[in-house]
Amino acid sequence: MFEGLLQAFIVGGLICVIAQLAMELTPFQITPAHILVSYVTIGAVLSAAGLYQPLVDFAGAGATVPLSGFGHLLAQGAIEKVAEDGLIGAFTGGLSSAALGITVAIILGFTTAMLFNPKG
Amino acid sequence: MNNTFFQNQRSRESLLSQLKTMSESKIAQLKNDLQKEHISLIAAQANAPRREQKNYDTLILHNEQQMKIVNDYQHTQYQRLIASDAPKKPIVKNTLRAFLVGGLICVIAQLVMNFLTINTTLETKTISGLASVSIIVLTAILTGLGIYDEIGRFGGAGSMVPISGFANSIVSAAMEFKREGMVYGIGAKIFTVAGPVILYGTVASVLIGLIAYLGA
Amino acid sequence: MGTKIGQRTYQFSEDIYIHSYATVVGRKEYSGPLAAGFDYHFADNLHGEASWEKAEQKMQQYALELALSKGSLDPSVLDFFLGGDLLNQIIATTFTARNLTSPFLGLYGACSTFAEGLFLAACLIDGGFAQYTAVNASSHHDSVERQLRYPTEMGVQRLMTAQWTATAAGSYILGRQTSPFRITQAVPGRVVDMGISDNNDMGSAMAPAAADTIAAYLTDTKDEKLPDLIITGDLGVLGGQICLKLLLNQGWDVKNIYNDCGILLYTTEQDTHSGGSGSGCSAAVLGAYCLPRLEVKQLNKVLLVGTGALLSPASTQQGETIPCIAHGIVIESR
Repeated sequence: MFEGLLQAFIVGGLICVIAQLAMELTPFQITPAHILVSYVTIGAVLSAAGLYQPLVDFAGAGATVPLSGFGHLLAQGAIEKVAEDGLIGAFTGGLSSAALGITVAIILGFTTAMLFNPKG
Repeated sequence: MNNTFFQNQRSRESLLSQLKTMSESKIAQLKNDLQKEHISLIAAQANAPRREQKNYDTLILHNEQQMKIVNDYQHTQYQRLIASDAPKKPIVKNTLRAFLVGGLICVIAQLVMNFLTINTTLETKTISGLASVSIIVLTAILTGLGIYDEIGRFGGAGSMVPISGFANSIVSAAMEFKREGMVYGIGAKIFTVAGPVILYGTVASVLIGLIAYLGA
Repeated sequence: MGTKIGQRTYQFSEDIYIHSYATVVGRKEYSGPLAAGFDYHFADNLHGEASWEKAEQKMQQYALELALSKGSLDPSVLDFFLGGDLLNQIIATTFTARNLTSPFLGLYGACSTFAEGLFLAACLIDGGFAQYTAVNASSHHDSVERQLRYPTEMGVQRLMTAQWTATAAGSYILGRQTSPFRITQAVPGRVVDMGISDNNDMGSAMAPAAADTIAAYLTDTKDEKLPDLIITGDLGVLGGQICLKLLLNQGWDVKNIYNDCGILLYTTEQDTHSGGSGSGCSAAVLGAYCLPRLEVKQLNKVLLVGTGALLSPASTQQGETIPCIAHGIVIESR
């Protein structure tokens, strides 16, 4: 039950530290949206280059939970679907592999907004 | 007439290269001259016969560039003056907090993965997806209760980079803009922050898919 | 009629007074060091309303009603209602004006709106256009957050240079009847942009505008007694420090008589980082801090310098630098 926790903690933590340092050390302002977009894109590129899977194998959730893992999911989805369906797979693969996360987030966003009001 | 403007701008070039040696009042005078010249140029262009009007475009552009040089110089001087006043960024503290919060979120997800691996026969991929889902659910609840914004204030990138930050951006936007209605409020604003993530994620995946297709 | 003294300062005729005033604040401000000075507070940031914007409008309305009541005035005596806030199209103010029968002039000078309003109201009275004029200004932390930054429930870290938009409103009724607070002089500000584009660092952006206005005032009135207090609207810790430095470079050492409304509004434990800000900030602090001290003559002459950063979400996203302004207004005890 407790195997892999340390790896997940350290790798997940370090991935966040990179973003924090990027925000602290750049002279101009980097917004959260910029960080999130960069992480997804960089994650997808690393994944396509075959560099992200080893990190997932080592750190488990520590690599899949950060948004770079989301990029990895999108990239692998596209690559796998291309292998199965050819050209059309390039267009269906990414979003279908990420569908679970996106859909749950949207549905919960909607229902939470119905149930709660912002407290400010 | 055009020639006078041209001559003036030419002779000003040397002044612009010596801004460092000039007093503040000299620089103010220079800006004043530039402003007056701009007024004359616009007036001259407006009054010129239509086919000659575009002759003024370069002169006007040049005037504006010269003004920009003076402004930029003043801005750099100000930056230099206030450089020592900037409060110290708590980089070490913020970095440690990001490490802690980001690490803990991943640990929670890993615990869910471990639990599912032991107790179910699901594929690794599905388990990993469900672990992310559990983080999203937790985030939605904490955001609804007004707790996640406090975690974010504490954890910085540590609460933003994990999938929980993505979920929080969707849930908080939906909650905030509910007051503008179901369509233009929640509907249009829910993706304010998450939209760019989905856009660039999709673009990246399609490009990667195309490369994979062409490479295969 | 007023007269101009020096380059930029105006001297009003002898008989313009703050007839009455009232301030309304939110919970965080009411937990701060000036709590005792406010007339009314909202226990939470909605006060039973359906949105932040509606709550902000209520704050303005309450402030105006309390000011009228404290001055024993009927709303119909107001010849003008002036004011503004930080919401798009200043709706907190315009919606307050919709309950009034007096002419309304909407103002926008970001957080300098309040000082701008005091100046214009004094001009209207001085010029003989009005007997009584009300000036309102407000800001609401959450309505500003959602408009300029992020949804209020989004987890975002605040930077050290960031300021905390105050949930506060003030209403001031100016008239000719004698009161302890006389408005004597004003220095309207000009727009100064020193190239700062970081909307999390308004203090650094606004400091040059404030220093420009203060220096103009000090130069124009160099034969007069200095004010006992020069108080800027919302430069915060960092902006105040830079403003003093800029003034010192020009030969004015006013450190001992300088303060800032944004710093006075909160304690350091309230974690506002560089201090408070917002159109309501100076309106609340003038009423809760300066005027009570003028009344007992602990202070005799106060120069309030309302500071404003004239940016918009669009200008920020387009990478524009922040033009800033500061209006000075002098209030003396009678």
